[in-house]
Amino acid sequence: MAIRRKLIASLTALVSFVLSGVVQATADLNMRPGVTETSQEAYDLHMMVVWVMTGIAVVVFGLMFYSIIAHRKSNNPKPATWSHSTKVEIVWTAIPFIILIFLTIPAIKLLIKMEDASDPDISIQVTGSQWKWHYKYLDHNVEFYSNLKTPQQEANFDLEKATSNANYLLEVDKELVIPVNKKVRFLVTADDVIHSWWVPELGVKKDAIPGFINETWTSVPKPGTYRGQCTELCGKWHGFMPVVVRAVPQAEFDAWIAQKNDERVAAEKAAAEAAAKSWDLDKLMTLGEEVYNAKCAACHKVDGSGTPPLFPALKGSEIATKAERMDEHIGIVVNGKTGTAMAAFGSQLTDAELAAVITYERNAWGNETGDVVQPADIQAFKAGNQ
Amino acid sequence: MADHHPTGIKRWLFTTNHKDIGSMYLWFSFIMFLIGGAMAMVIRAELYQPGLQFVEPNFFNSMTTMHGLIMVFGAVMPSMVGLANWLIPMQIGAPDMALPRMNNWSFWILPFAFTLLLSSLFMDGGAPNFGWTFYAPLSTTYGPPSTDFFILGVHMMGISSIMGAINVIVTVFNMRAPGMTLMKMPLFVWTWVITAFLLIMVMPVLAGAVTMMLTDRHFGTDFFNAAGGGDPVMFQHIFWFFGHPEVYIMILPAFGVASEIIAAFARKKLFGYSSMVYATASIALLSFIVWAHHMFTVGMPIAGELFFMIATMLIAVPTGVKVFNWVATMWQGSMTFETPMLFSIAFVILFTIGGFSGVMLAMAPVDFQYHDTYFVVAHFHYVLFPGAIFGTTAAVYYWLPKWTGKMYNEKLGKIHFWWSMIAVNLTFFPMHFSGLAGMPRRIPDYNMMFAAFNQLASIGAFALGLSQLFFLFIIIKAIRSGKKAEDKPWEGATGLEWDALPCPAPYHTFDTPPQVK
Ligand SMILES: [Cu+2]
Ligand SMILES: [Cu+2]
Repeated sequence: MAIRRKLIASLTALVSFVLSGVVQATADLNMRPGVTETSQEAYDLHMMVVWVMTGIAVVVFGLMFYSIIAHRKSNNPKPATWSHSTKVEIVWTAIPFIILIFLTIPAIKLLIKMEDASDPDISIQVTGSQWKWHYKYLDHNVEFYSNLKTPQQEANFDLEKATSNANYLLEVDKELVIPVNKKVRFLVTADDVIHSWWVPELGVKKDAIPGFINETWTSVPKPGTYRGQCTELCGKWHGFMPVVVRAVPQAEFDAWIAQKNDERVAAEKAAAEAAAKSWDLDKLMTLGEEVYNAKCAACHKVDGSGTPPLFPALKGSEIATKAERMDEHIGIVVNGKTGTAMAAFGSQLTDAELAAVITYERNAWGNETGDVVQPADIQAFKAGNQ
Repeated sequence: MADHHPTGIKRWLFTTNHKDIGSMYLWFSFIMFLIGGAMAMVIRAELYQPGLQFVEPNFFNSMTTMHGLIMVFGAVMPSMVGLANWLIPMQIGAPDMALPRMNNWSFWILPFAFTLLLSSLFMDGGAPNFGWTFYAPLSTTYGPPSTDFFILGVHMMGISSIMGAINVIVTVFNMRAPGMTLMKMPLFVWTWVITAFLLIMVMPVLAGAVTMMLTDRHFGTDFFNAAGGGDPVMFQHIFWFFGHPEVYIMILPAFGVASEIIAAFARKKLFGYSSMVYATASIALLSFIVWAHHMFTVGMPIAGELFFMIATMLIAVPTGVKVFNWVATMWQGSMTFETPMLFSIAFVILFTIGGFSGVMLAMAPVDFQYHDTYFVVAHFHYVLFPGAIFGTTAAVYYWLPKWTGKMYNEKLGKIHFWWSMIAVNLTFFPMHFSGLAGMPRRIPDYNMMFAAFNQLASIGAFALGLSQLFFLFIIIKAIRSGKKAEDKPWEGATGLEWDALPCPAPYHTFDTPPQVK
């Protein structure tokens, strides 16, 4: 009898240990319930499975530990001789089956709800490319790129920056702004490799696949900033490609759209002016360095040495130094290079920025060709290219 | 007949002896295990703290990729083939494998395949860096030049695995001793036959996938290139049609090992032998119709998502049957807890935990939150480390006396067990939490909110890495100076290898087949 008492004591201890573990887990180690209806239902389903699995674990492991103590050789020197029981085997095939049906039904319901992206209030195209997101508001004439706030260069990521910034790696230069309580449909695609657009607190994760458009949606009831990351390995800077969504009241959203439109008009005007005038080498070099470090240095390195052969060196390269290959140089920057990781920057940068960065690449790090590319040259190139 | 032994290097190069080949497989897989483990140490060192400390992101990606490839194809699969080589002929009363020369060849392909793969680490552009799942177009259009070495290496491993599988099937169906009917075969043999069929079905599919990659890269095809009318998602369908059965290829033989060891140390017959066989077979069959549960976020039609969700959940039924049968085998047994038994019990418990997270991942609407986070990493490491690796470890301790005629030191074995048990949980359990908190997999740097879990996991991983060196020490010590084993060192062990052969088993066994009653 002493054994049984000891057993019961140790079993209770085990169960309470497991339970306290789970309670602890729900307190601060768990999935976040999120803010949308679907994310909260997913959370409820998650919790339901956790509890069902915990229940099964307690029963199965409980029996097992009971057996380990009670049926050890010192306690049970003569083993039983049975090794089969059709009845029991049928029962324990049937029970998991029933449990699974019980789990599957709510999952089916929720899945159908999550996949229904019909009747949206607004639609936004989300395009992943190495290593940034491009957002295009299909109902408004607004689009922009959303980059990690800190340029993607190795020197920018260390322990000190991580500890001093609560949103380390989860901050972007331009957030995706959406109105609250509206059904927002996302059309998700990619330019180069597969990415995946995930915001945990909205319960939305969808792969961005080149050549295909996936649909998903959300409706955020509460204003706030929600942060996520790319979740599909997409190359060198995969871990440095956050998603930030800011949900705002409708009025604020309308004001933001209006402001974006004004900015666009102003930017187009400024770009046209900048392109019209002729720039001197110094000014091109200053702007070029800025653009280069933000857009190009992630792959080609700050010193232009690259990581050949994936990301060729620009320092001393033929294309960046030979005068007769200047058009080729402009072409690669504007149109990208198919079959490689080199993206097309023609629509991401203004003509002045393009001219500046190409000039910079032809004169920095000892390239010193003295070549000056003017915004007008870029315009001419683009015109001739059409 | 005299126990004829060739000697020197030629013995190993030209051997057709299943025991020699089995040993070579096991040692090879252990070396690969250490190499893959060293890569895991690099990964865990980088992830010990936020920030980029030791490696740059591209090399980090190469490490996760190579760690996965080496562990799956270099450590786990060859270790299972090594066990098959050693055990299947002895367990069915055959003198050797049915196709001994092919056996030699299927082993000797491997060192070349892995030399090719590992050499990519020293190439311009670095080693493959697109994850062990090598999704296109990251691995095709955007893959480094070394990708072609990877493709050739995978082809060679595939040929080796297919030959190994053919050998197992032919041996089991043609070379059983008189009276050894199919339903009398030890469960390890059964699980391996089923594994062999899985291998023959899916390794050619993998070969097809890498061949399509090769032609996409160099011969102008566009299988996976959307710009040319191809489909990157098709790559994933093909890959996972291989990849999901592959999971069972890695785990089924370990099921067999655990079944034999638990019965032996419970001194009781395995409970529900025939339902174990049927459960294994149904797991194998189901594994062909669940592949797209790895792809719930790619934008499948909802009917597809529902089908793959339900089919996946069904796998829990036969898997549950196996777990219940193991517990029932222990029930009212007369158990002792030597090292192989400890590893087998841990196998059952931790594999079941991996099964629980598997059911969670199967539920598509919640999987949207788990997918491609550390929760998945925790899940498959729970299935693979305490599953496949603990299974193999248990097998090595259990059959070592049969193989070498020497006993390992039981005290050291137990220390190894508890060390591994604590380290494995410390490494992989916190990953559930970092995943739930929102940490994507395959990232070299992360936000502070994931820091505590990662630090724990790294500490666990270093301990786990060290424990493997300790394992090596125990085995070498046993081989060199272990106590001489009795012919039947385990009281409850059954089967031809224990009943009809001495310890160590002679170089040639069963020149005349034993009679099985
Ligand atoms: Cu990514
Ligand atoms: Cu799977």
